[in-house]
Amino acid sequence: MGMEGIGARVERKEDKRFITGKGRYTDDMVVPGMKHAHFVRSPHAHASIRNIDTSTAMKMPGVIGVLAGDELASDGIGSLICGWMIHSKDGSPMNMGDWRPLAQTKVRYVGDAVAVVVADTKAQARDAAEAVIVDYDVLPAVTEAVDALKDGAPLIHDNAPGNLIYDWEIGDSAAVDAAIAGAAHVTRLDLVNNRLVPNAMEPRAALGHYDEGEDHYTCWTTSQNPHVARLVMSAFYNVAPENKLRVIAPDVGGGFGSKIYIYPEEIVCLWASKKTGVPVKWVADRTESFLTDAHGRDHVTTIQMAFDADNKMLAVKADTIANLGAYMSLFSSVVPTFLHAILYSGQYVIPAIHCNMRTVYTNTAPVDAYRGAGRPETTFALERVVETAARELGISPAELRRKNYIREFPYQTPVILCYDSGNYEASLDAAMTAADYNGFPGRKAEAEARGMKRGIGMSSYIEACGIAPSAAVGSLGAGVGLWESAEVRVNAVGTIEVLTGSHSHGQGHETTFAQLVAQRFGVGIDSVSIVHGDTDKVQMGMGTYGSRSGAVGMSAVVKALDKVEAKAKKIAAHLMEADEADIVIEGGQVKVAGTDKALGWHEVSLNAYTAHNLPDGMEPGLKEGAFFDPTNFSFPAGCHICEVEVDPETGKTEIVQFVAADDFGNIINPMVVEGQVHGGVAQGIGQALLEGTHYDPETGQLLTASYMDYTMPRADDLPGYTVSNTVTPATTNPLGIKGCGEAGAIGAPPAVINAITDAIGNNDLAMPATPQRVWAALRSAQ
Amino acid sequence: MYATNYHRASSVEDAVNLVSTSDEARFLSGGQTLLPTMKQRLAAPSDLVDLRHVAAMKGISVSDGSIRIGAATTHAEVAGSSEIAKACPGLAHLAAHIGDPHVRHMGTIGGSIANNDPAADYPAGLMALNATIVTNTRSISADDFFTGMFETALDDGELVVAVEITAPAKCGYAKFPNPASRYAMTGVFVAKHGDGSVRVAVTGAGSDGVFRHQAMEQALAQNFSAEALSGVAVDDSDLMADIHASSAYRANLVKVMAKRAVTAAG
Repeated sequence: MGMEGIGARVERKEDKRFITGKGRYTDDMVVPGMKHAHFVRSPHAHASIRNIDTSTAMKMPGVIGVLAGDELASDGIGSLICGWMIHSKDGSPMNMGDWRPLAQTKVRYVGDAVAVVVADTKAQARDAAEAVIVDYDVLPAVTEAVDALKDGAPLIHDNAPGNLIYDWEIGDSAAVDAAIAGAAHVTRLDLVNNRLVPNAMEPRAALGHYDEGEDHYTCWTTSQNPHVARLVMSAFYNVAPENKLRVIAPDVGGGFGSKIYIYPEEIVCLWASKKTGVPVKWVADRTESFLTDAHGRDHVTTIQMAFDADNKMLAVKADTIANLGAYMSLFSSVVPTFLHAILYSGQYVIPAIHCNMRTVYTNTAPVDAYRGAGRPETTFALERVVETAARELGISPAELRRKNYIREFPYQTPVILCYDSGNYEASLDAAMTAADYNGFPGRKAEAEARGMKRGIGMSSYIEACGIAPSAAVGSLGAGVGLWESAEVRVNAVGTIEVLTGSHSHGQGHETTFAQLVAQRFGVGIDSVSIVHGDTDKVQMGMGTYGSRSGAVGMSAVVKALDKVEAKAKKIAAHLMEADEADIVIEGGQVKVAGTDKALGWHEVSLNAYTAHNLPDGMEPGLKEGAFFDPTNFSFPAGCHICEVEVDPETGKTEIVQFVAADDFGNIINPMVVEGQVHGGVAQGIGQALLEGTHYDPETGQLLTASYMDYTMPRADDLPGYTVSNTVTPATTNPLGIKGCGEAGAIGAPPAVINAITDAIGNNDLAMPATPQRVWAALRSAQ
Repeated sequence: MYATNYHRASSVEDAVNLVSTSDEARFLSGGQTLLPTMKQRLAAPSDLVDLRHVAAMKGISVSDGSIRIGAATTHAEVAGSSEIAKACPGLAHLAAHIGDPHVRHMGTIGGSIANNDPAADYPAGLMALNATIVTNTRSISADDFFTGMFETALDDGELVVAVEITAPAKCGYAKFPNPASRYAMTGVFVAKHGDGSVRVAVTGAGSDGVFRHQAMEQALAQNFSAEALSGVAVDDSDLMADIHASSAYRANLVKVMAKRAVTAAG
C-alpha cells in the first residue's frame, strides 16, 4: 500500500470545497436570462380535477408562463414509468397506473403537481401559483396499504382493481408449509417497517435550458444517475432525443436513493424552457421535499421461522403488503421483490423459503429505494424473528445464529442468490468481543440498581450490492443493464483524468477513485482528476446506488487501467529497447526490472502524444475505455450489537453502546468506509427510534411534513460507534470489494429493537420506538 | 414570505405608535415563531416593528430578591446571567434548555410569553414563579396573563415591556422534550415561595395551554419532596393528544417531570 494507494486512509480531496462553501450545486447554476418556476400542487390526497383557471395568474407581475397538464400532453410529453416489470404469480403484468408529469384529470396524493408558473422571481412565481384556481372534486382517500386492499377502498387507478399492483411470490410454498407443519418450534411475528422520508440535505432541483439556436436542451439536476435520467427522458418522456439533451448532475448534496428517480419537475422545467423561451429553474423547498421526494420502506409483514428439535432452521415464510404510494416510481417494483425477497436466507442455511409480496397504491407519496432498498426490510424481519426465537427457545441469540450460519461457499440459497464468500462467525466473534457481550449481565445489574432497564440485541445482516449482472437482471424484468463504464485519459504531461459513469453525492469518489490510479502508477492523487456527472463528458453510465460504485464502477476503472498500463508498457519497452514483460511501473517511474533503466511516467505519456517514436503500427495517445459487467452481486455481511438503557418512568431509550463488525471485502479507504458505516447506522437508529411518517388517515394530509414533527436524528440522539472489519474478498470483481453504503441502515434497526425489547421484556414494539411506545410496551409487560 | 415593511423601534412609545399605524402590523421580537410562520406564508403582517433595540426593554436586574428581566432579553442572556442563576436557578436552567443555541440567541422572553405557545417553557416558569408581566399600560399577574392556547390578556397594540419576579425559596424545572421539535412535550416548573406556598405549573401538556396543578401544589406545601407527589393523581382528560404523545402518556410525564423538578429544586 502506498501513501495514497489502496487501503490508505487518505483525507477526502472534495471536502475542502464542501466545508468552505465552494461546492457547486444545481441551485448555484445561473444561466443568462434564467427565470424561476413554482409548482401548483394538489392540497388534496385524492380528487378529480374539474377545471384549471390560469387567467388571473397569467396577469400577475413578472409572470412569463402558466402551464398545465393538457398543454404538456398535447406536446407529446410522456407519462412517468416504472423501469422494472414484475409479473404477478398468475402471470399477469403489474398494473402500472398513469403518472402524468402534470396531473390532468385526477390528483392522487398531497403534493401531486398540477401546473407550473414561470416568473421573473421565485416570489412572483409563488404569488402567481396561489392565483391559479383549480376546481377539485374531492374524493375519499386511503393512506395505509392494508386499508387500500380492503373491499370498498377508494380506487386510485382505474387499471389497478383493488389498488393491487402485483401479487408476487418466490420460493417453494408447499415445502415451507410442510416444514412449518412438522416443525418442533415455530416463531411468528407481525411487523411494520415504518415509512421514512429521505431528507437529503440538498433539496431536489432542476434547471432546464432550451437553446433554440442549437435546438438543444441542457438539464442541471440533483441526480444520482444523470445518464439514466437522459435515457429515460429521451426514450420514454419524449423531452428530446439523447443527442439533443445534456444532463448534468453537479455537486449533489446527498441522495440516499431519492435522487435515482426521474421526477416530474425536471421534465417540466425542460419542456417549460422551450415553451416560454427562457431557462427555467426550480428548487424544492423543504416542505416540497417532505411531500414529493420518494419515500422509503412501508411494509406490513407476517414472518414465520420454523426450527427442528436441534434448533436448526427449517423454513422461513414471509407475507408482506408493501405500500408503493400514489404512483409507481422508477424502481419501485423491484425494491420489494428482487432487492428484498431474495435476501430471506440471511446468513443462514434455511432449506425452504417462501415470500409472498403484494404491492398496493395509496394516496401517499411514491415509495421507492431508500438506503438499503428492500434489504433493511428483509433483515429487520429475519433478525427480529431469529432473536425472538432464541428467547422462546431459551438459548442465547448468538448460539442460535452460530448453529445456523452458512459456512461453505459458494452457497446457493433457495431464492436465486448465490453467495460467493463470507465468514459470518468471524463478524459475530469480533462484535461480541468489541461489545464485551459476556460482561452484559454485570452491566444490567448495575443499571438496575440505578433504576434503569438495560438490554442488548444483535443482528447478523447480509445484503446484496453492486446490482448485476445485466443479463440476469434483464431476465428478471429490468429495463436497463447494470454494468458500469470508465475511461482513463492520460494527458501528455502524465496527469490523469478518470471518467466514470458512477456519480458521487457524498461518497468521496474524487478521492477513492484516484487512489486506484495512485496504486497502479505510483502517481499522487493530486495529479488525478475524477470526471463524472455530465452526459457530454462521460459517454454512458448507470450511476450510483446500492453500493455499486466500488464493486462495479471501480472495476470498470481497473479494466481501463489495465489497458492503459499495457499500452504504456509497450511504449516504454520500445523506448528503452527492453522486453515488454520486464517493464514495471512504480513510484511514478516506468522501469526495466533488474536494471537501472527507467523513464518518468510523464516521459512515457509525452511520447504517446508526440508520437515521434512509437512501436510500429501503434496509434498515438494514451486513453482507454472499458465497461464492466460483473458476474454476480457482492454480499457484504456483518454483525451489529446494540446496548440500550431505558428510563422506565418516561420510556426514553438511550443507546449506550453500538458495535458494528462488518465484512465489506477489500477496502480502498478505511476512513471513507467508516464514514459510510457511521452515516448508515445513524439512519438505521433514526428508523428504529425516531423517524415516523404520519399521514392523516381520513384526509391524507402529511402530518409530519417538517422537522417540527418528523424526528430527524440529531447528534445528541446518537452514540459513539465501535466499528471494525473482517475481510473475505468478493470473488466477482477484480478489487474484491463488496460495498459498504447501506450496511449501517440495514444492520442497525433490528439490533436496536432487539436491545429495547430485551430491556423491557416485551417483544411487541413497533418502530420508531418512541418514548411513548416504549413506555406503553413496558406498562403492558408489567 | 410575502413582502413586509420593517421598522426598528427606538423606544417603547415609538414601538406602540408604529404598530398602531396599521391593522396588520406586528411586533417583532426574536422572531423565532413569527418569521418561520411568515416564511411559510401562514402569516402576512404588513409591517414589522422590531423591538430588539429598545434599550428600556433589555437587560436583567436583581436586587433584594426582586428580579426584573426586560422583554427583549434573549434566552441566552437569561441562561448566562450569574444573578439569575443565584436568585432563581430554575429559571436559568429553563432558559438554557429552550430550543437550540441559535434560538436562544435570538428568542426573547417577551416574545415567548406574548406568543404563549402551549409547549413553550417560559409560561410554566412565570406562572409557577407568580411573575408579574409589565406592559406599556399596566401590570398583569402571570395567572391572569396566560388565558389559553396562544392566548394572552394583552390588548391589541399592548406591549410586554418586562417581567418581574420575586425570587423564590426554591425552584426547579424539568422538561421532557418532543423528540422532533424539542419543544416541551411536558414541562413542569415547581417553585416554593418565601411564604411557604408552592406553585406547580405545567406546559406542553394542557389542551388549553399552561396550567397550575393544585393537588400537587397542596401536596408539596405539606412536604416539599418528590415522594410527596407519589400519591397525587394526574387526570388526563384535559391533556393534549397528538401523534407524539397520548394524553395518558402526558399525564404520566406530568407526574414524572414534577418529581424531577422538585428534586432539581433541592
